[in-house]
Amino acid sequence: MTGMKTDLNMHSQVLEAELGGNGPEPEGFPGHEGELGEADTWMDKAKTLVRQNKLAAFSAVVIVLIILAAVFAPLAAPYDHLEQSLADRLQTPSMAHWLGTDELGRDVLSRIIYGARISLTIGLVPTLISMAIGTVLGMAAGFYGGKADFIIMRLADVMLAFPSLLLAMVVMYTMGGGLINIFIALSLINWASTARVVRAQTLSLKEKEYVEAARSIGVKKWTIMFRHILPNCLPSLIVLFTLNIPSAILSEASLSFLGVGAQPPSASWGLMVVRGKKYLFSEPWLCIAPSVAIMIVVLAFNFLGDGLRDVLDPYLKEQ
Amino acid sequence: MSESIVLDIRNLKSHFFTAKGEVPAVDGVSIQVPAGKIIGIVGESGCGKSMTAMSVMGLLRYPGKVVDGTITLDGRDITHLSPKELSTVRGNELSMIFQEPMTSLNPVITVGRQVREAILLHQKVSRDEAKKRVIEIFREVGIPEPEKRYNSYPHQLSGGLRQRVMIGMAMVCKPKVMIADEPTTALDVTIEAQILRLMKKLCREQGTSIILITHNMGVVAETCDYVYVMYAGKVMEQAETFALFENTSHPYTQGLLKSIPKLNEKAERLYTIEGVVPNLLHLPEGCNFCTRCTEADARCRKEKPALYQAGDGHGVRCFKYESEVQLDGK
Amino acid sequence: MENKKVLLEAKHLVKEFPIGGTKKNPLTVHAVSDVNLEIYEGETLALVGESGCGKSTLGRTLIRLLEPTSGEVFFEGEEITSMTAREFAQRRRQMQIIFQDPYASLNPRMSVKEIIAEPLTTYGMKDKGELENRIKDLMKKVGIPEEFYNRYPHQFSGGQRQRIGIARAIALNPRLIICDEPVSALDVSIQSQVLNLLKDLQQEYSLTYLFISHDLSVVKFIADRVCVMFLGSICEIGSTEALYEQPLHPYTRFLLNAIPKADPRLRTEEKELLSGEIPSPVNPPSGCRFHTRCPYAREICSREAPGCKQVGQRQVFCHFPLEK
Repeated sequence: MTGMKTDLNMHSQVLEAELGGNGPEPEGFPGHEGELGEADTWMDKAKTLVRQNKLAAFSAVVIVLIILAAVFAPLAAPYDHLEQSLADRLQTPSMAHWLGTDELGRDVLSRIIYGARISLTIGLVPTLISMAIGTVLGMAAGFYGGKADFIIMRLADVMLAFPSLLLAMVVMYTMGGGLINIFIALSLINWASTARVVRAQTLSLKEKEYVEAARSIGVKKWTIMFRHILPNCLPSLIVLFTLNIPSAILSEASLSFLGVGAQPPSASWGLMVVRGKKYLFSEPWLCIAPSVAIMIVVLAFNFLGDGLRDVLDPYLKEQ
Repeated sequence: MSESIVLDIRNLKSHFFTAKGEVPAVDGVSIQVPAGKIIGIVGESGCGKSMTAMSVMGLLRYPGKVVDGTITLDGRDITHLSPKELSTVRGNELSMIFQEPMTSLNPVITVGRQVREAILLHQKVSRDEAKKRVIEIFREVGIPEPEKRYNSYPHQLSGGLRQRVMIGMAMVCKPKVMIADEPTTALDVTIEAQILRLMKKLCREQGTSIILITHNMGVVAETCDYVYVMYAGKVMEQAETFALFENTSHPYTQGLLKSIPKLNEKAERLYTIEGVVPNLLHLPEGCNFCTRCTEADARCRKEKPALYQAGDGHGVRCFKYESEVQLDGK
Repeated sequence: MENKKVLLEAKHLVKEFPIGGTKKNPLTVHAVSDVNLEIYEGETLALVGESGCGKSTLGRTLIRLLEPTSGEVFFEGEEITSMTAREFAQRRRQMQIIFQDPYASLNPRMSVKEIIAEPLTTYGMKDKGELENRIKDLMKKVGIPEEFYNRYPHQFSGGQRQRIGIARAIALNPRLIICDEPVSALDVSIQSQVLNLLKDLQQEYSLTYLFISHDLSVVKFIADRVCVMFLGSICEIGSTEALYEQPLHPYTRFLLNAIPKADPRLRTEEKELLSGEIPSPVNPPSGCRFHTRCPYAREICSREAPGCKQVGQRQVFCHFPLEK
């Protein structure tokens, strides 16, 4: 009864207090003089990830393989992805063409490997840009508060309230299709969620005593932000990054599917799905293969993100 | 000690199985709690005092585990009870209060209802009856205006009042033993004094034995009848309170007492125990305290001392007091 | 005391925090109410009181980590609260602070080297060799072995972290250090090490301490003078010896009575204890703030706030100070 409801919670607290434990901040054991030097390096974190979450570790391997395939696409792909051969059109999967060929006789596997280039670039570049924007705005909002906070966060609310795909389509229609414009559209719409997370973190971090210590020394505000606050946001940012990538990839696929994204003949997965749609009942692999590719990449990043969150940012998980 | 022993902990060993190795958080602790007495367990953070309490309460969870020893409550072995059996013991015969009452109280239920639920859980009484009991208990633990406080939420009470509620809840079934883990550490001195006085009163009037876990030598001297001093998972010294303070024997206890600033004397410098508590993963081969002990010799660094009897009911884990009688039954 | 120079002086200092409420009926926490205080050069003045008495807020307001609601603070005769940030920047290095929680006061992502270097580089020390020498020198001063130069805070124990925090505070050779409960988070055996260190450093660098604590035994050891606070206002100020020997304010006496003493022969079984809880600083009692808990309170106490009474060298804020 007394405290039984929370005894698990209590228990971990006591454990932490008594042992340092493997709690949120690995403390080692009290007065662990002999243990100085056993820092929690990135290597240790990676090992913890492998031990704790096999799925995440496996996902990391999958992602690395996909990245390698994309980078070395000319070597990895059995055929040229643009080479048409009407004689070989709509072939079923075979030893020559593992995933068959499309309506223009192009090898589907090669197109998927080349498509990974587009998908990964779309996943990485706009995500990086939007997160950089979101980080700066979120940090400014949290740190300065008051009017700046109000304006930035209301803007973010508007962005979040508006259906993002619709917004992206508006941008794409006004500026026209093409990869560069996808970058711009996705960068513009995705910053708001990052801004929110970073603002919340900044709000709690700026009350920390080490920030107060920096202020008492007379460290300048910008220095405080970039030296004391940003590095401590980093774990959540990394997690957020891995979770934002798949949503960007999905957005690109959706935009291409709707015809405002990548334009033919580029080998975008979204585009491949829409082209394969016509043959869904006769030659289903044209649709299924790129869909499965999207699914694998998205799942892999999501699993990795989940695993990283457990290792890097236990606080986020509790929330 | 000739009194009847309510809670008998023998050679308790609780280890933690962590990625870095097996941590002996509690390493062969024997504690006897006589009826109606206040027993103190004192030590610094990491000495295993809270882990001992968690082991007794059956609250130890993975990666922690009781690996050896027996815990006997009123003649009944409760070391390896099933969760269901444990729940009849906990709260009924054995209860616990924690340092921060806020974490053990549900913030969205009034304190009165929480205590009432505790009564209904263990006793067959009507709801109205239970409510009356709660108000009675609140009055007993010194909560002003108990009828009004019955409908308060935890956050509306001060830290001192919350701790009184927790004590009230722990006393609902008049348990045989109450374990108090740093019950006053989060409180101010004037409130701390009130709570300690309350605990003494309850112990005297209701006959409940109390295990008081604290890091504060002052609290021990003020409240306890018998004291166990722990260090790095082991009991270093145990004695009746007066004997412990007047006839301090173990170098660690001596150092601890000397390093506390005294109110009644002006010192230029404080005595310090040099160094830090050893890492429980890499304990010294000999006595756990040998790395910081000023009197340690070659033997202390090689061999582990037993708990030797140094006087009536006074045990010291130090070779200086080596005798035939060993209190930890080795 | 007379011939000692005043280093810092607060006059009618007030700090209030708005915590909402309605426009008509705003709620404020009266953390510090009309405090007058002098700190002499080279002394240790202890600020003692229970939680919510405003001692930490007062400490932070004195060095402008918090801006006062009203009142003035003089540092070496110069008024500092009305200075612009730029003017204050040069004075700021004279006043540093040591925090209570050694786990929260060090940035977990900065190495010891970077933590101690921060104040130095902020005030323009650029030369790498000079910086390294100074950091190692400071580490030696506070008893952190030089070889831990590149380690991170989580690799240290609480006591060692507190030492790093102290090194950071003394790096700029300040005149005044606010010690905000510097040992309350530490174990007894570590506490005495850090207290000794603070005393040694005070002698070596002729530092002035404002030592904020709730622990009267620690204060007895380290302080020259003690200022007891209750709910935002001062109860009494006097030299440590005299104040512990014969408290003039009832609150001081109850505080001293309540401390659990590490000697079972001094059990306070029969001693008078304060009853009741600490009133809320949002709605502090009228008149003397202590009158709701004071057993000696009379009618005037709830009506009028007591003025400062000079008793020898001591000041007491009570209508009816205790006599022998």
